[in-house]
Amino acid sequence: MTGARFSAVAIAAVVLLVLGALWTSGSLHAHGPEIRPESADGTLSGSAAEWPSREQWVRALSLRDHNTRVVVLGVTMLGLASGVIGSFTLLRKRALMGDALSHATLPGIGLAFLVATATGITTKSLLLLLVGAAATGVVGVAVLLFLRRYTRLKEDACLGVVLSVFFGAGIAVLGVIQQLGTGSAAGLETFIYGKAASMVPGDVVLIGIGGILVILVCGLLFKEFMLLCFDPAYSAVQGWPVLGLDIVMMALVVVVTVIGLQAVGLVLIIAMLIIPAAAARFWFDRMLPMTLLAGGLGAASAMVGAGISAVFAKLPSGAIIVIVTAVVFAFSMFFGPARGLLPRYVRRRILQRRIGRQHLLRAAYELLESKGGLEEHTPRWIAFDELLTKRSWSLRRVRKLARGAQRAGQVELNDGGIALTDLGRADAARIVRNHRMWEMYLITYADIAPSHVDRDADMIEHVLDADMIAELEGLLSRPVASCR
Amino acid sequence: MSNPTALQNGPRQSAVSPAHHPAGKEHSPDAPLSIHDMTVAYHRKPVLWDVDLDLPERSLIGVIGPNGAGKSTLIKAAMDLVPKASGRVRVYGLPYRKNRKRVAYVPQRESVDWDFPVTALDVVAMGRYRRIGWCVPVTKKHREAAREALDRVGIADLADRQISQLSGGQQQRTFLARALVQDADLYLMDEPFAAVDAATEKAIVKILKDLKADGKTALVIHHDLQSVEDYFDYVVLMNMRIIAHGPTSAVFTEDNLRKTYGGKLTLLADAAEAMRRVQARS
Amino acid sequence: MIESLQSWDWYLDGWIVGVGILCATACALLGNFLVLRKMSMMGDAISHAVLPGLAVAFLLTESRTSVPMFLGAAIVGVLTALFTEWIRGFGKVDEGASMGVVFTTLFAIGLVLIVRAADYVDLDPGCVLYGAMEFTPLDTVEVAGFVVPRVAVTLGVVLLVNIAFVAIFYKELKISSFDPELATTMGINAGLMHYLLMTLVAVTAVASFEAVGNILVVAVLIVPPAAAYMLTDRLSIMIALSLVIAAVSALLGHVSAIAGPALFGYGSVGTAGMIAVAAGFLFVLAVLLGPRHGVISKLVHHVSLSMRIAAEDVLAMLYRIEELAVGEQRSVVPAHLDAAMQLATPRRRLLVGHLVHRGLVDREGGRLILTDRGRDRARNLVRSHRLWETYLLRYTRLRPDHVHFSAERLEHSTDHELQAALNAHTDSPHIDPHGRPIPPRISERD
Repeated sequence: MTGARFSAVAIAAVVLLVLGALWTSGSLHAHGPEIRPESADGTLSGSAAEWPSREQWVRALSLRDHNTRVVVLGVTMLGLASGVIGSFTLLRKRALMGDALSHATLPGIGLAFLVATATGITTKSLLLLLVGAAATGVVGVAVLLFLRRYTRLKEDACLGVVLSVFFGAGIAVLGVIQQLGTGSAAGLETFIYGKAASMVPGDVVLIGIGGILVILVCGLLFKEFMLLCFDPAYSAVQGWPVLGLDIVMMALVVVVTVIGLQAVGLVLIIAMLIIPAAAARFWFDRMLPMTLLAGGLGAASAMVGAGISAVFAKLPSGAIIVIVTAVVFAFSMFFGPARGLLPRYVRRRILQRRIGRQHLLRAAYELLESKGGLEEHTPRWIAFDELLTKRSWSLRRVRKLARGAQRAGQVELNDGGIALTDLGRADAARIVRNHRMWEMYLITYADIAPSHVDRDADMIEHVLDADMIAELEGLLSRPVASCR
Repeated sequence: MSNPTALQNGPRQSAVSPAHHPAGKEHSPDAPLSIHDMTVAYHRKPVLWDVDLDLPERSLIGVIGPNGAGKSTLIKAAMDLVPKASGRVRVYGLPYRKNRKRVAYVPQRESVDWDFPVTALDVVAMGRYRRIGWCVPVTKKHREAAREALDRVGIADLADRQISQLSGGQQQRTFLARALVQDADLYLMDEPFAAVDAATEKAIVKILKDLKADGKTALVIHHDLQSVEDYFDYVVLMNMRIIAHGPTSAVFTEDNLRKTYGGKLTLLADAAEAMRRVQARS
Repeated sequence: MIESLQSWDWYLDGWIVGVGILCATACALLGNFLVLRKMSMMGDAISHAVLPGLAVAFLLTESRTSVPMFLGAAIVGVLTALFTEWIRGFGKVDEGASMGVVFTTLFAIGLVLIVRAADYVDLDPGCVLYGAMEFTPLDTVEVAGFVVPRVAVTLGVVLLVNIAFVAIFYKELKISSFDPELATTMGINAGLMHYLLMTLVAVTAVASFEAVGNILVVAVLIVPPAAAYMLTDRLSIMIALSLVIAAVSALLGHVSAIAGPALFGYGSVGTAGMIAVAAGFLFVLAVLLGPRHGVISKLVHHVSLSMRIAAEDVLAMLYRIEELAVGEQRSVVPAHLDAAMQLATPRRRLLVGHLVHRGLVDREGGRLILTDRGRDRARNLVRSHRLWETYLLRYTRLRPDHVHFSAERLEHSTDHELQAALNAHTDSPHIDPHGRPIPPRISERD
């Protein structure tokens, strides 16, 4: 059913996209071609915007501009697709392969541009450029795999070599293109840093098709990809074509990289592949929700980022989108319920407090036991001084634990000490029993490494079967005797 | 005289006419696992020499040998996970590729990333993926089967836990359940008893006995010599090659163990190392 | 192409190459340790991530003075390493991914800041990102009476610092690259070495940005050491080679930047990109032609090894035939080998030709016969083979019909020492398990 839910979400995304496409193309007719954005000044030079007026903000964020709508729709789709496929590459531990791949697209873009110019095709045929990008991207990955397989270089060095040499070649090709003197050549630089504003509806359709493709394939192959990421050897043993699945996965990364070049740029597209997925991992301990959330986070931060960059027209949109994504990541890392730092810290504190309380109850119980006070029905006070002798803890800590135990109704508390309530005595008896059983277990089965014994007292029935517990209970026939 | 057929021990002589394999007992056509003359090399350094093995049906088989004896490699090569330098493997009379569904594999616990975002139930359901087929999601029926398998290994109540929150023994049981849910006939287990608590060990042994009672066969890589006689009715002793195999009572002898764990086989290792050196020139 | 080089100006182009060499060697020197520590991508990450440090320095000082720039870069470089470590450790994110999170974020921030900074500082953002080596000779300072490009001075100083660092901490770097835990137990602070290295990588990246630009630094950082790694097994030689490769890349890069596009009728292109391409070219050469680890060398070795083994098999076969021969008829009709050894005729011709060429086999009429040298060699092979059979049969449970194949594999890698050990382990037998004599050991005549 995981896949079914996934497919449902994918279909919903497709429907949304189609609606969006209708919406923008409708507006296109209404506004005519004069709103085509200016793509020639895609360079980073020039003066940055002043702080935009309130009206500019409102216009951009309410998507009143047709152009903004086009852009936002495009990058949102991109964010969705990259978040989804990024989850798989992250869990396949291939996050940085996308980096090498995206840098390797640059020479392809340049060469495609040269070919287009030489053959007289209109110079900014996006599709052709993207085909070129995909071609050298694939070559880059092939070289990477070759180096890893047939040389003694480690993965990281192979990545670094492919990434830098291909990028250098791309820069050199761009150097040639700049001499052509055609004005649109400068627009190629948008592929390096991204300029979402240069998107036209046709580009959005391309991104949409690519995005849908990626999401659909991920939905269909969800369980196959999941198994591949979790346990490739088992996947191979079961007869799944591991290499083929890996190739499909990398092909999807190529698709996302290529469609993302224009909006985010090849240096930063890797962020779209890594960051939403890594952020989503903090929220969920299951693959399906994690993947969906990664898509959602990717889409949302791309949307917000594109909105902001519509206001700051001079700033590279890729950078803005990445910064927004990074903010989401930072938030997730601290607050994500599954593995976030804060929830983990809180859980650890709660556990520590519980263990501390158990120590307190056990100490009290054992003191009573040694004084023969267990059979008395009236509560018997135990001085803090006595408790302090039982383990190395400070008076402050004992008092704090005692206050906690008082709130839980396990002890009564006064200035000089504590007394176990009936509830506290029952709890303490259980804790002491479990503790002693564990000790007995460790003594009896000394050949088992203690690290493999789950000492959490509540767990004993889970970890040991009934026979074993009966046996241990036999060994502990006089429950008072053994400890220490 | 130069008649080549007269050269009894000429190179590749036996390969020319395998039918006249001199002392070769016939490999049983329906043995759960039948390995013939298998040699495996890692980076061209042989780690398994000429393994020849027929497993008996309906039995629990322990594979015993020191570290680096190639025990895991034996399993992995049988399942085509590592390439064989030579040799032939048959599973119930067919090549492994054609008979995968009759084999279930329990890998070493360390072989996967336990931080992976899946629950115990998800992992067990993976055993059903092949049966479910391409692109089709896991249905309720299969999840029920997975839950039953978890129940069989005694951790049904932990089905929805993320796998890093399981103890080592529980993780091992999860892997075992994943194999059970495959409903295979031959189970290949890579050190299922490694670093598990006593209760898990008992649970696994019980399941092994149940499997045998159901007519299945399990090949288990095992470390603890003390329990061999209790757990297995057939043992394979190996150290880079098969030292001995047969019913436990006959084969699990002090003499064979000495051959497995010590003895004068250093020369073989020397030769393997020399082969690697020649190949790699290092 | 020649014409295009006629515009070579010894002052301008000379300094461009000079700057390129200084930059490439300064980077490659550190890169060796990144490659060896499997941290190449950390170099990539840091070189991207110093951007915000630079930008903040620009914004604060409103100029391009060096000291704040280096300070900013060093801080951000260390922060990159720290953040990556934190996200990996506390967030339990896979190392590659945590690096990706950190450096893309810092780079994005840097990009935004640098565009803002361009308003205040005389600065071309494009130049920060992919260098403007061509203009470096124009911005000069006077050092001890010489007019020197400013960038050359900075890079020279950084190179000297890097050399000093590597020279002083050579041992420590070597150990902590090889085994950080061992280094720690030996009282070397591997963590400190790590952060020192990261700081220097960041500083070097900043010094290089005017020459090769922020993104291509990684090309000179990683590619020359990776190429050198393909050529040698010794650290000192690897470092030396990487420096040579880096310097040659710089020269080759600039020459090809001028001359390369001319082949296609274009003018010169940026030197930085071409340095990366030239380094890549040298890397490809190293990968293909490396003496021991190179792809071609490995292939040739593999082929010649299997050739040697096959030829030795033929030799041993001829010996066995001699052994069984009655009377004087010791020579063999070549075609019989095909049947006995399952050889394809062309392959047999090749092997026999090889043996004849080596003087191990003679042709007599249409027949083959071992020479004396060939017989010695063959006898030793057969001796190894039969000793192995004896050994395997005695010490393993291999069946008698199986030991032959094992022995067949083992005999080719059995040297005298191993043969002597075998002999001792099998109590110097005279016949093998199949009843054939084990020939005595012979010292081969060469």
